[in-house]
Amino acid sequence: MHTISMTVFDWAILVVYLGFVVWVGFYLKKFTKTDKDYFLAGRRNSAFVAGVAFMSANMGALEVVGYAGQGAEYGLFALHFYLIGAIPAILFLGVFMMRFYYNNRIKSTPGYLKERYDEKTRVLNAISFAVMTVLSSGISLYALALVLKTFLGWNWDLSIWLSAGFVALYITLSGLLSAIFTEVIQFFLIWGGILLLPILGIIDLGGPTKAFASLPQVYTHLWSITGSAADNPMKLGWPALIFGLGFGISFGYWTTDFLIIQRAFSAKDVRSARMAPIISSYFKILLGFVVVGSGMVGLALMRDPNSGFTLLHTGGKINYDSVIPLLMMRFFPPGLVGVGVTALIAMFMAGQAGNMSAFNTVWTYDIYQSVINKNASEKHLIWMGRVATVVGILLSIVGAYWARSMPTIIDYLQAIASWILAPAVAVILLGMFVKWISPDGAFWGMLIGTLVSFAMFMALELGWITPGAIAPGGEASAMAANFWRALWAWLISSGIAMAVSLFTEKRPEAELVGLVRGLTRETEVEQVPLLKKPIFWASVTTVIFIVLNIVFW
Amino acid sequence: MIDSATQMKPIWYFVGWVLIAIGVLVFAAGVYYMLFPIDLDIALRGMHMSIWWGAILILGGVLLTVFNRKPVNV
Repeated sequence: MHTISMTVFDWAILVVYLGFVVWVGFYLKKFTKTDKDYFLAGRRNSAFVAGVAFMSANMGALEVVGYAGQGAEYGLFALHFYLIGAIPAILFLGVFMMRFYYNNRIKSTPGYLKERYDEKTRVLNAISFAVMTVLSSGISLYALALVLKTFLGWNWDLSIWLSAGFVALYITLSGLLSAIFTEVIQFFLIWGGILLLPILGIIDLGGPTKAFASLPQVYTHLWSITGSAADNPMKLGWPALIFGLGFGISFGYWTTDFLIIQRAFSAKDVRSARMAPIISSYFKILLGFVVVGSGMVGLALMRDPNSGFTLLHTGGKINYDSVIPLLMMRFFPPGLVGVGVTALIAMFMAGQAGNMSAFNTVWTYDIYQSVINKNASEKHLIWMGRVATVVGILLSIVGAYWARSMPTIIDYLQAIASWILAPAVAVILLGMFVKWISPDGAFWGMLIGTLVSFAMFMALELGWITPGAIAPGGEASAMAANFWRALWAWLISSGIAMAVSLFTEKRPEAELVGLVRGLTRETEVEQVPLLKKPIFWASVTTVIFIVLNIVFW
Repeated sequence: MIDSATQMKPIWYFVGWVLIAIGVLVFAAGVYYMLFPIDLDIALRGMHMSIWWGAILILGGVLLTVFNRKPVNV
């Protein structure tokens, strides 16, 4: 395969972007005076800025490149990851949960667990989150270097060290403040780089009607092919989609992963924080059409023998993840190549910066200040945040080399998220909505849920059980098994948390005001007009969500 | 100008400048390779997308910088 060739214009675009993100780090340093500035971006962002950053943190290259690959492999069915797999959870976060997260005493999701339950529950969650974040960051770096090497012919080591170096520089200087600034820029660059792909693809295929008609029915519907798992290319029945993806996986990620939620924490008030995920839901839907649409363009082109378009083959199998770079190679002239390549690098850096700004906050507040140095001054905490960023980046680089030496390890590491997030969402949801859940109940629920999820994963990997063993009905694909595993982890954590709470000491209700529904008044939206109420915009998204599911049924 | 530690230009102002800078480069590339074509195996090359997309980026950038040039207190 030949690589993408870059002209002087393309290089200049990349240099402008990289120069800008470094300048932002230095420029914002003078505004980073307190730990709140460094770890929470001063809590002064508007709902829109926080919403864009919220979305941008989710637009890492692993997501965009990966889901475009899913679109190329499974067609429109992959849009489920952007609809049932995202929208209900995002809206639930904005409408119901953010009010309890956004609190002057709380600076992270483990911080919520401390206020609602106790120190040991917080530390357990913080340690597992920190490990997950560093490993995810390492995988992201590995994937970046792989893309740059495959499609641009760049040196593997240089790609890793340079991109990690840029992220380390601007996050170390100004923390979440510069992370959010650059994420907003990256948001526009990413749209600028990928929005054209489905548009040009559809033109190339002869228009939307012709492009859609060129694909078999299993690639152009969402629900009519889910009556039985055997009816669709992803081998997922509707129960796995609704309960496994829609609840088990989606709620764990969107309502618990601090990497995403931290962006909403940067909002200037609780109403803006609640609006941030709701605003991002509109972008999420649009992104779904752009990303999955790009994949479907690749799918349609592959099926057209006259197009000359083929995806890469790795190990004898089609590498669907190659669809975005290969479409750029097919459609982008000089200039646009620079925007496309910069968008790809911006996606990786957005993911990396998101991981690092979340890691430095959780490490500093929830592990260092909580366990190691309880009396640390504000200045010392900022210093520790900077040290944590550099150490976190170095650990990610180690993770990237580890992933390179053991490519199969990536599958295991990505599964870590479901071991950690599904049990966490169980105890956080119970904490917010059930006032009698005790600290011991939450701790044991989260710990045992994590261990059970891990045990199920290993039993599947080692072939001790089949995917059907953990799926109702007895038949399931590997992906369906992932969805069901997350749901079981959630249910087991919830069950244990409730059972243990029956016999252990609860927190007094007076200490739970502002943290639990039923003990907290919704004062922040009492006086605002309808157009500023989170529930109004969440309702609009809900209508769009329902209409899209019906149209593409 | 942004000259104090208590006043910061809105984030959209910077987004605008980045879009302008990148838009100018994309537009220039489009014009240059229209005037001096090179042999590239690219679909839809007759559409000169770099010129159109560059112009859209510049327009978006100008609007963002013009409407967000006033600094805000931090």
